[in-house]
Parts: sequence; C-alpha cells; structure tokens
Amino acid sequence: METLANLFGSYWPAIEITGWTLIKIIAIVIPLMLCVAYMTLAERKVIGYMQVRIGPNRVGYFGLLQPIADALKLLFKEIILPTASNKYLFFLGPILTIAPAFAAWAVVPFDLNLILADIDAGLLYILAMTSVAVYGVIIAGWASNSKYAFLGALRSAAQIVSYEIAMGFALVGVLMCANSLNLGKIVLAQSGGIFQWYWLPLFPLFIVYFISAVAETNRAPFDVAEGESEIVAGFHVEYSGMSFAVFFLAEYANMILVSTLAALMFLGGWLSPVSNIPDGFLWLLAKVGFLLFFFLWFRATFPRYRYDQIMRLGWKVFIPITLLWIVVVGGFMQTRFAYLFH
Amino acid sequence: MSFQGLIFQDYVFYALAAILLFAGLRVITARNPVHAALFLVLAFFTAAGIWLLLEAEFLAIALVLVYVGAVMVLFLFVVMMLDINLDKLREGFWNYLPIAAFVGVLMAAEMAMVLGTQYFSAEHIIAPAPHPAGYSNTAELGRQLYTDYLLPFELASVVLLVAIVAAITLTLRDRKESKSMNPAEQVKVMKADRIRIVQMASFKEPEEESNTKEGA
Repeated sequence: METLANLFGSYWPAIEITGWTLIKIIAIVIPLMLCVAYMTLAERKVIGYMQVRIGPNRVGYFGLLQPIADALKLLFKEIILPTASNKYLFFLGPILTIAPAFAAWAVVPFDLNLILADIDAGLLYILAMTSVAVYGVIIAGWASNSKYAFLGALRSAAQIVSYEIAMGFALVGVLMCANSLNLGKIVLAQSGGIFQWYWLPLFPLFIVYFISAVAETNRAPFDVAEGESEIVAGFHVEYSGMSFAVFFLAEYANMILVSTLAALMFLGGWLSPVSNIPDGFLWLLAKVGFLLFFFLWFRATFPRYRYDQIMRLGWKVFIPITLLWIVVVGGFMQTRFAYLFH
Repeated sequence: MSFQGLIFQDYVFYALAAILLFAGLRVITARNPVHAALFLVLAFFTAAGIWLLLEAEFLAIALVLVYVGAVMVLFLFVVMMLDINLDKLREGFWNYLPIAAFVGVLMAAEMAMVLGTQYFSAEHIIAPAPHPAGYSNTAELGRQLYTDYLLPFELASVVLLVAIVAAITLTLRDRKESKSMNPAEQVKVMKADRIRIVQMASFKEPEEESNTKEGA
C-alpha cells in the first residue's frame, strides 16, 4: 500500500477512492444480478402455483439451478443481426437499457449509512436515470429495422413517458412530507413504527406510484410493448441469445429497483414496523420481496390492458389524483393537523 | 498550465469537454437525422456531467431529467417516424452555403468578442469557492425561486401553462370516425338500457293448429 502510494504520488488519493468505489459497486451489482436471476425462477414458480402447476423442478432441487441453466443456454446461443439493421445502435440498445437500471442503485441506501453515494439530490438522480432507460427501448426498436419492433418501441416509449409524470408527482408528495431529496433522510423521516410510514398519509400516492411502477417497467397488465398476441414480442423481437437476455435482465432489475424505491419511500425502508424490534437491512429485503410478489401476482391475475385505456388511466386518472393529493397535503401542512404528514 | 498542476477534476473536465465537442460536431455532421438526435442526447448528458463538476447538481440532474428524459425522447419519436429523403434535404446545400457561412462566422465572432473581453476572460473569473459538505444545492435553489424570484417564477409557469393549453386545444379536434369510448358512460349502463326481457311461452298451443286443420 505504502509503496503504491509513493509510486503515484499526488494522484494516490484519487486512485484509492476510485478503487474502493469499484469494489463497492461490485458488492452491489453481483448480489443484484443473483436477485435478478432468482427473480425469474420465483416468477415461474409463483405463477406456476397460482395456476395449479409445479413450475420448473428438473434442474437442481426444486429447480434451484434453473436460472443458471437458462443463462448458460442464452450465452451459447448465436446472436443474429438482422439485415439492413444499424449494427452499432442494435447493440447499443440493450446496453442503454441495462446501464441505467444498475446506475440508479448508486444512491439507494440499504441501511443507515450503508450507501454507495450519499448525494443530496438522490431521488432526482434516480428519476433521471430511470428516464434515460427509455432510450434503450427506442433505439432497439429503431435499429432492428423491423415493423413490429418499431411499433413496440413507440408503444413503450409513449407509455414510459406518460407514467413517468404520474410517478414523479407521486414522489413530490413524499418530498413535501420528508423535506428532503436524500433517500436516507426520507427513510429517517418515517421513523417511529408502521403508522409513521408514508403509506398511510400518502395512501393514494402510494397506490398511484406502485401501479405506475408496474406500467413503467412494462410488466403485465401493462405489457403492450411486448404484446405477443399483437406485435410478436415488441421491441426485442429481433434480438436473440445474450442480447435478448440483457433486455430480460434489465426488466427484472428495474422491477427490483422500483420495488426498493417504493419500500424506501412509502414503507419505511430499513426501519422495523414496531419500535422495539431493531431496524436493519433484512426489513428492507422483506419489504422489497413483499412488493415484488405483487408484480408476479398481477401477471398471473389480470388480462392485458388495451392501449388507449392505459393512456387514459395514466393521464386522466393518475395525474389528477396525484395533483389533488399534493394540494391536500400542502393544505393540511398549514393547519394544526400538519403532524399527520410528517 | 503545467502537466503537474492538473488535478483529478481537470482530467474529468477535459474528458467530458472532448466528448461534448465531438458530440456537438456530430449533431451537425451526421447524415442520418436519428443519429444526429442521439448525438444531441450524448451532448446533453455530457454537459450535465460538466455541470456536476461545478457543484450544480440540481441543474445537472434536471438537465438529464427534462432534456434527455422527456424532450429528446419526443424529438426522437418524431424524427424516427418521419420518412426523410436525405438527397432532397441536401439539394440546396450549395445555394444556402453563403448565407449559412455568414451567419456562422457572425455568431463565432460575437462569441469571441464576448469571451475575449476583460470581464469574461479566464483570469477575471474567479473559481467559486467549494461549498462545505452539508451544502444543499437543491434547497438553496428552491429558496431563491420561492422567495427572491417568486414573481418571475410564477409568471414563467403561467406562460408555460398557457402554452400547454393552447397546444392541446390545437390538436384536440373531434374526428367523426373516432371510436373512442367514454368509460364513465360505459360504467353507468344499466341492464334495462341494453336488454329487454320478454315473457313468452316456449311452444305454441297445439289447439289452434288442429282447429285450422279441421277447418281446411
């Protein structure tokens, strides 16, 4: 260490910080990738049991090695480049989809002081990152040089842009209550047991946020971007092998991300529901798992929405509800009931 | 500036600035409009990085959120759907070149005149003092907007609102062939509006038939 420090001289602090940050990033990304892999297994198992099937049970005990087998299969598959497609953009699409899904984790607090980058505008950063993710879908759809892929990309882009507004407004309510954009401070503002968490005073915003999150990740019942019965598989119809797998990974990573955000902002993050039980990372894990289960449950339960109804729900129902509730919260903050919203 | 004097931030700045210049250049030289739009996205993103170096984190993230995340998506949307004939676009290139060159040179000269004056030269602009760790750029900006600049801020928001309403009104015309539905009306439908239950015997009485037969 000492010799290295002498070798680089005045540059050593910068190099040291970069090295440590890289190690921390790996410590976040590898468990996240494992979560994504086992999320696919969980989805198949849960939907299987909901439909009175068993689900995958051949590879390993209870099918526990199934995600690894799937990953290996996809790795060895040939990647097909469609004729007259744009080579660079075709491969940029999947990368641009997954990069923001991982980059957003930089500001997510896992526990008190357990966070990669404790920046002040953390929530804004996450919103910015998730809004960049739409480029992957658009570029993939355009670069494929295929009608179905393009239609899927247009649907997806319009849907993501629309629901982002409702999602953003739902978060404005949280900001008003917590008085901060820092995710750690937002969690700490909810301390004091399950009834101090923001799901209660901001219940309409919580519901709107969660449904918008389902729409934002293009999951059922809002999965018209894929719409296999109408436009084959939407924007990733021309992708095969690992390039397809990256889209798949990004979708699940985004699901975990939005569930974590919902847990942090409405369900008290790492705080325990009863004040005499210690707080900790396991609480956050339990809350995220609880929310993720809903994603699977929705997929097994609801039929797909029609496209115009998705747009109507986003623009004419959710945005007015969030705007109204922001006014309600702001109004109550001026009265003696302000303590309800803090 | 000697090589030894460079600190880490300087390297980051020069890397970002190089990418920004390259992206900006490609926006105007790329033949394909979609590529040009994507390079503009890259330019915005890199500019946000440079703003982060200036400790203007709120503005940097807002740039990504608003321009990259919303404006350029819609821009790209339109550019992708247009059927652009590149040859036709380049048709009048040599005719327009003199005017374009004049405007370009004029703009460059104006910028040089502004930046070359004593007020804007590098020696006269003191680097802002780095803020303490607890400093919140967002809170500071919010305080400024809602206290000192409240009236201009509200005026700007009203102007934007008027623009939104005007734009929506322009595009909102009732097409006759539109099959859009009103969910409120759909929900309000009662059983009585749609079906009529008629009571009738499941078969005809046989007596009448036999009577007619006898009559024949």
